[in-house]
Amino acid sequence: MSMKSSTRQVDGVTIVDLSGRITLGEGSVVLRETVRDLLSKGQKKILLNLGDVNYIDSSGIGELVSAFTTSKNQGGELKLLKLTKKVHDLLQITKLYTVFDVKDDEAAAVKSFS
Amino acid sequence: MNANRVSYTLDSTLETVNNAEETATRIATEAGFDDEEIMKISMAVREAAVNAVLHGNAYDPNKKVTIEFERSAKDLVIVIRDQGKGLDEMKIPDPLAPDNLMKTSGRGIFLIRSFMDVVEIHPSATGTELKMTKHVHGNAADSKEASQ
Repeated sequence: MSMKSSTRQVDGVTIVDLSGRITLGEGSVVLRETVRDLLSKGQKKILLNLGDVNYIDSSGIGELVSAFTTSKNQGGELKLLKLTKKVHDLLQITKLYTVFDVKDDEAAAVKSFS
Repeated sequence: MNANRVSYTLDSTLETVNNAEETATRIATEAGFDDEEIMKISMAVREAAVNAVLHGNAYDPNKKVTIEFERSAKDLVIVIRDQGKGLDEMKIPDPLAPDNLMKTSGRGIFLIRSFMDVVEIHPSATGTELKMTKHVHGNAADSKEASQ
């Protein structure tokens, strides 16, 4: 299953609902282009909803890191919402879990943006 | 040919990466591993295939990737070979080092080592051979013994 992405606005925060797999190839490209597009439009408060992302490989992890860094470098904020166990475990073993701002509740996550 | 040993020769394409992962999932399932171990084996194979296709053969249409699966009562052994320049493991930075934590690549071998029980990397002038082993235990071992 490839990755699907859709965006919605909640109180000035852009929530990106992702589903499927973030892997080398299509999934990574979709994520990269989505974040790049939002930043170019000045939408710099980004919440990536990974609740329906059931698989991610090292390329996908690299894209999450890239999205986080790119957002930060452009004065934005990127946070992660609702990690599945697989994605949570991967971020733990790669020591990235504490690097990202990870949230479980959407309303609380939206409020947490400065 | 041993019934518990299968080998595939594949092109250096992204499709090969997906095929390798799907095949690993099927074989690990047939071998009786549980869901979490199947995910780990499949992901290790995917990462190894990515290394072979992308970093080893650099998508060269003249170079092939071979993948071999061998099941025994004790182990599932998977060998992936490419025809690249040979992977120098000493040059792979530690992805957990603070300076490398925010790099966008370089986690593949680390994940393979995290997910498999034994990993051996044999580089040569004609390519790299990556051999990884997952020990059979728990229900998988019991079902294997019962079927012997």
